[in-house]
Amino acid sequence: MSTEARQVVVVTGISGNLGRTLTKLLHRTERIVGLDRRPFAGAPKDVELFQLDLRKKKAEDVFRIHDVKAVIHMGIMHDPRMSSEEHHSFNVVGTTRVLDAVAKYGVKKVVVLSSANVYGPSPDNSNFLSEDAPLMAASRFSGVRDLIEVDMLAHGFFWRHPDIETVILRPVHIVGPSIRNAPSNYLRLRYPWVLAGFDPMLQLVHQEDAARAMVEALRPGLKGVYNVVGPGEVPLSAVLRELGRTPIPVPHPIARPLLGTLFRYRLANFPPPELDHIQFLCMVDGSRWTADVGWVPGHSMKDTIRSVDGERAAA
Amino acid sequence: MFERLSEEARQRLKRLTLEMAGDRAPALEALAQRSNGEFGVDPFGFDPDYALSAVAPFVWLYKKYFRVETHGIERVPSGRVFLVGNHAGQIPIDGAMVGVAMLLEHDPPRLVRAMTEKWAASLPYVSTLFARSGQIVGTPENCRRLLQMGEVVMVFPEGVKGISKLWPERYQLKDFGLGFMRLALETGTPIVPVAIIGSEEQAPALLNLRSVGKLIGFPALPVTVTPLPLPAKYRLYFGDPLTFSGSADDEDTELDKKVRVVKTTLQGLIQQGLEERKNVFW
Repeated sequence: MSTEARQVVVVTGISGNLGRTLTKLLHRTERIVGLDRRPFAGAPKDVELFQLDLRKKKAEDVFRIHDVKAVIHMGIMHDPRMSSEEHHSFNVVGTTRVLDAVAKYGVKKVVVLSSANVYGPSPDNSNFLSEDAPLMAASRFSGVRDLIEVDMLAHGFFWRHPDIETVILRPVHIVGPSIRNAPSNYLRLRYPWVLAGFDPMLQLVHQEDAARAMVEALRPGLKGVYNVVGPGEVPLSAVLRELGRTPIPVPHPIARPLLGTLFRYRLANFPPPELDHIQFLCMVDGSRWTADVGWVPGHSMKDTIRSVDGERAAA
Repeated sequence: MFERLSEEARQRLKRLTLEMAGDRAPALEALAQRSNGEFGVDPFGFDPDYALSAVAPFVWLYKKYFRVETHGIERVPSGRVFLVGNHAGQIPIDGAMVGVAMLLEHDPPRLVRAMTEKWAASLPYVSTLFARSGQIVGTPENCRRLLQMGEVVMVFPEGVKGISKLWPERYQLKDFGLGFMRLALETGTPIVPVAIIGSEEQAPALLNLRSVGKLIGFPALPVTVTPLPLPAKYRLYFGDPLTFSGSADDEDTELDKKVRVVKTTLQGLIQQGLEERKNVFW
């Protein structure tokens, strides 16, 4: 049939909430083949899903059967409750397999979704980190080592295969109605902790803008590492005020051990190193991305902030 | 409730600043209106309105306590500029006094952006206070960005070594870092040397318990003779702007030659100030 003849875009991790947002955006213009071990209920009919683990040999079949023109690799997980072994294997081995397949089957474009968190929050940080800043996140939070490794694997791939357009996107905190990552979950708390005396500036990007960035990255000719920013910078306190939250100030010397205990007994879902994000700066300079793709986020700052309550408000 | 309370205190402090500023008040208010986005701060977290409140105690110190006298402040050009000063006095009041001088004596008033120790960003309240009042962690990238925005940036190239000088070393400049020169060359920024006279006498220290300081995470721990800064009279001498040409990527020895010019000029200004001074306290 004609489907075989048409070129496809392979999306890994498509069943996640960001994957679904991306699908909605992309499936009208591109033929999508999804790759995820989770089911994708309610997927559009024109999306072909392979429910497979990226690490399995069978995942390669996707590349064998189809004429793949691009890969969007977002099948990267970050779950602090998962064993670090499983975490590491899924992210690092999974990414390696995907990149190997890209090279082997002559795919011309690969977009890897990394994160601005790879730089890591720190009191030493410049206010706006550019793409060549060192990836320091693991020095304070070893749980994110594999995420840095994924970024570096893609980086190494970029240099080894100059003929393949490799794009590494490092978006700032992605938030949105259906996103379940640490920043979105934190902002949904009715009584969020804040660290007494600290009010760092934050950058947020709406999930739809993050998805659109991945689509933009497919543009022919574009390659390299890009920080992706949203509608700007805002103090943490202003975000919580906008959402009508009641912040609980906790002195930072006791916050860490206290959160450590709560996390261990499953009374809190944030590992203590996440506190760095509400204490120190981890902001990026997105000017390169803005210049190269003419990036304008579709959602305003107020919209982006309020979006974390989106679904709840609708329900 | 606390928020409203602190907001009230903030407004009161701002009024205080404007009162003490006298006929300069309208110019300062205009400065506070500088557009700063829908959340009241610029991308760095700087809120000029907040800065006017935060500066109130320093305006009082400037006017009533240190009774600061300035010479040659009109030499500070418009646009991007480095103010390079001698650091002294155990607590960085010297920088604050130069900052107040640029608000009260320079026409038009300008908000000085200072580069702070990285250490400050790890301190509660201090980190927020600094960010809102325009003080930024001193990394080369941050400094470059501020200069490109056309700001006036205060630097103390002696660093912590300068501020924690002991009494016998007063008014002798310590080694200068080269970073500011590299940035000045790269961005074409003129350098105005500022001699600060009086800061050394505000808090004489006879020994520096550096190792104890390290234990509690302080960069230095000078033991001062008096618990509070003494009301020495401050005198600020602004020199003529120096411009340098050359490549920012030159060898350190090349940069060092240029830095030496700045250091010598500044030491000259300090000497002039010390000679003109009749009394430490008035």
